[in-house]
Amino acid sequence: MTSNRNMKIVSVVAFLAIVFVAVPAAISSSGRFDLYYTLTSVALLSIASAGVWLTFYIGRINIGQGAYALMGGYVSAILVMNHGWSFWLTLPVAGLFCAAASVLIGLPILRLRGVYFAMVTLVLTEVARLLALALPITNGAKGIVSIPLPGALSVFGITLIPDFATLQNSRLAFYLLAVTLMVVCFAVMYRLVNSRIGKLCQSLQQNEELASSIGVNIAYLRIIAYAVSSFFGGVSGAIFAAISQSIYPSSFTVTDSVNFMLNCFLGGLGYVFGPMLGTLVLYFGWDLLFQTGQFQLLIYSGLMIVLMLVLPNGLLSLAEITRKKG
Amino acid sequence: MAEMLEVSGITKRFGGLVAVNNVSFSVREKEILSVIGPNGAGKSTLFKLISSFLRPTTGEVRLKGERISGLAPHIAARRGVVRTFQETTIFKNMSVRDNVVIAHHLRSKASLFGFFLGTGKAKADEAAFGQSADEILALLGLSPLANETARNLPHGHLRALGIAIGLATNPSILLLDEPFAGMNHDETMRMVEMVRRLRERGLTILLVEHDMPAVMKISDRLVVLNFGQKIAEGTPSEIQANEKVIEAYLGSEDEAIGL
Repeated sequence: MTSNRNMKIVSVVAFLAIVFVAVPAAISSSGRFDLYYTLTSVALLSIASAGVWLTFYIGRINIGQGAYALMGGYVSAILVMNHGWSFWLTLPVAGLFCAAASVLIGLPILRLRGVYFAMVTLVLTEVARLLALALPITNGAKGIVSIPLPGALSVFGITLIPDFATLQNSRLAFYLLAVTLMVVCFAVMYRLVNSRIGKLCQSLQQNEELASSIGVNIAYLRIIAYAVSSFFGGVSGAIFAAISQSIYPSSFTVTDSVNFMLNCFLGGLGYVFGPMLGTLVLYFGWDLLFQTGQFQLLIYSGLMIVLMLVLPNGLLSLAEITRKKG
Repeated sequence: MAEMLEVSGITKRFGGLVAVNNVSFSVREKEILSVIGPNGAGKSTLFKLISSFLRPTTGEVRLKGERISGLAPHIAARRGVVRTFQETTIFKNMSVRDNVVIAHHLRSKASLFGFFLGTGKAKADEAAFGQSADEILALLGLSPLANETARNLPHGHLRALGIAIGLATNPSILLLDEPFAGMNHDETMRMVEMVRRLRERGLTILLVEHDMPAVMKISDRLVVLNFGQKIAEGTPSEIQANEKVIEAYLGSEDEAIGL
């Protein structure tokens, strides 16, 4: 028991050391500053994927996370540009806005199961894109551009985070921001899954009728899980808008929604950290295959199919298989 | 004896079909009452009506005087009416013990958020649930299998697990949906013993069943349905002598009603 606990503490410390110390050190010594942008994207995409994973955990295939990422991006951009809000305030507001929207959307659609829910969420992404094109406030296809970099965040006169525009290396700042949020997000997820709530979610995934017969308010639990999921989507979208200093209707499309889902599949639906690993592997895998030119997509999709056949429980199930053999 | 559950004038129509037609009866405290009837008599529909999985067209179900029909299933469960399922419905990918622990959900005093934060109340809940789950597993003879993944259990034990899940919710009345279906003689006898033990613990039990010999053995009283209507009610010996019941089971009368 205690050795297990020590193991956990060691791995958490090691992980934190890698992402906060080792990676920045390696990048500055090698001079590959472009990697910051890549890794920041991975961190943000893994936050959105974590949300998708949570909906998988209650037994719903969610191909609509792109809609909430887009929504979060626009909410943050509009509040900063039109209302002069601080980016730091818009971040939680974007998340909460998406969570609230997902409650309204989820009330009717979470009653659907299986492929029906998947189809509706797929359409949701497209609806979000079309709305962004049509609504006057989102400025149509031209999108919202020249969003200022996040300003300083100070509480009671103490500056917690400096103004990103004054920094020499705003890439590093964004990296640290994204990674911090990723760590917080996965800590929350880990706690969620390993508390009774996780067991309740599993009970929904495995048998909703039985869950309801033992007194679980399944409708309520589904909404909570979906709202948390959309919150993550919104937050990650908001930061994306801040990094690229722009947001367009095509910033998040059906492809992104599908990718969020694939990240979860690849990492493993049974493991909290599955979406994080899945995002990393998928993102870098795609980039590595860039050299194969026109065959990129072919090789990529072929590999995905093989992986799903060989490792249906995701990459993290490898650890379990080797443990059993050893 | 006080009345635990009261079914009064309950009717369920599906389009033009009347599945249950104006059925009334009551279950007394600590009684084992069985609902029997030929295939398609409306037993399962009646069962779903009582456990609030279906809403009655007319009529109502009362638990200790309070109306429970037409509520959501999880609310009915909270009031104390808990059902098991005909199919072996369990949480397949959890361990046997986890199945029973999670079924204690109704008794939790801590909120969801409390569980997330791991408050003192939540920890006390978890400890109490674990202890109670172990007791229930021991009662139903499942202790040796506690850490087994539920889907690997043999048939008879699965049924026992279904009942363990029901028990964990601490119901006032437990509804068993065909607890003996697909069991051989030995398994049936073991299940009969188990159900009797539950009653000795103060539980009221309503069961829907096909297996006549087992039903005759276990029940204090029976309600017989045919074509959605109640055709008889009484003790096992009264039912076995009832003309209408014999008629309903005509063709295989002797064997079917356990004579």
